[in-house]
Amino acid sequence: MFADEILLELLHSELVSYVLPADCKDYKIQGNLSTLEYFGFNSGYRIIERLTKDWPRFKNELETFKFICTDFWSSIYKKQIDNLRTNHQGVYVLQDNGFRFLSRIGTGRQYLDLAPAYIAFTSGVLRGALANLGINCLVTAEVQSMPACKFHIQVQRS
Amino acid sequence: MARPGTRLDSKKVNSELFTLTYGALVSQLMRDYENVDDVNKQLERMGYNIGVRLIEDYLAKTGSGRCYDFRDTAEKIQTGFRLYLGITPVITNWSPAGDEFSLQFDSSPLTEFVELPDHCLGLKYCNVLTGVLRGACEMVQLDITSMFVQDHLKGDSITELRIKFIKRLEDAIPAGED
Repeated sequence: MFADEILLELLHSELVSYVLPADCKDYKIQGNLSTLEYFGFNSGYRIIERLTKDWPRFKNELETFKFICTDFWSSIYKKQIDNLRTNHQGVYVLQDNGFRFLSRIGTGRQYLDLAPAYIAFTSGVLRGALANLGINCLVTAEVQSMPACKFHIQVQRS
Repeated sequence: MARPGTRLDSKKVNSELFTLTYGALVSQLMRDYENVDDVNKQLERMGYNIGVRLIEDYLAKTGSGRCYDFRDTAEKIQTGFRLYLGITPVITNWSPAGDEFSLQFDSSPLTEFVELPDHCLGLKYCNVLTGVLRGACEMVQLDITSMFVQDHLKGDSITELRIKFIKRLEDAIPAGED
């Protein structure tokens, strides 16, 4: 009893259009994106617990990130993260060159302004998943050219 | 479809993420709207948008042709449930005129981790499905309506979705164009 993969994509685009009014021409959507991020946080926080319950404990932070970039990412986004970089001081940059939720949008500059709305959910998923694995962090995302995107993760140490 | 070296089942993860995200959406709608009827309506509207797109995927996957009658349609809707939710609902309770039937199923991926609190009695948690059916059928020139008459989440032994045929849609020219 599994839901087909396309349903997640269609539901995701409904989430985006729920927070973005259809006639939003000007780029003042920052406030609404937090709702979208929260959807992701919620789902990420819950799903990671189910996925990792039978796994051995991750040795360290880097191992956790490797798991996120390979197994976790490819099970949701159909491919691994293309590039993971870190400064070993709590900053990680994850780059996906063909992000699933952007893959159905025209490349080029026309819709670039809307791209943040299509990655906010995933920023939330990342933050939620990491939070439940004991890593509190800030996640920001950027899109320079579709369908590639980069997630900057800054681990909060207290 | 686990990839070599991967211990997670992509289909399962996608399905569960879908379930959880839908849950997050419903709970957000409950916070955003004061009236539970508005939540049901909003879910239906979202379902409609999904259905309008999903039908293309359905036609591409099944290569299905025109329906001969509404019983044929019922079977195709059943196929849709199998394809997209992995469940096979029972087609039953035909009206004498053959324009109304029920789909019965006990669980679905949508409701997998769901328990409704007491104050949510008016909520039709799966109302997105009625929208999906309306949207998908509208794209193949069928006007239908559907509603939940029994709901597993509210203590009924089974979930029953009643689907009613309204009319065949003719190709119409938009107003103001000749």
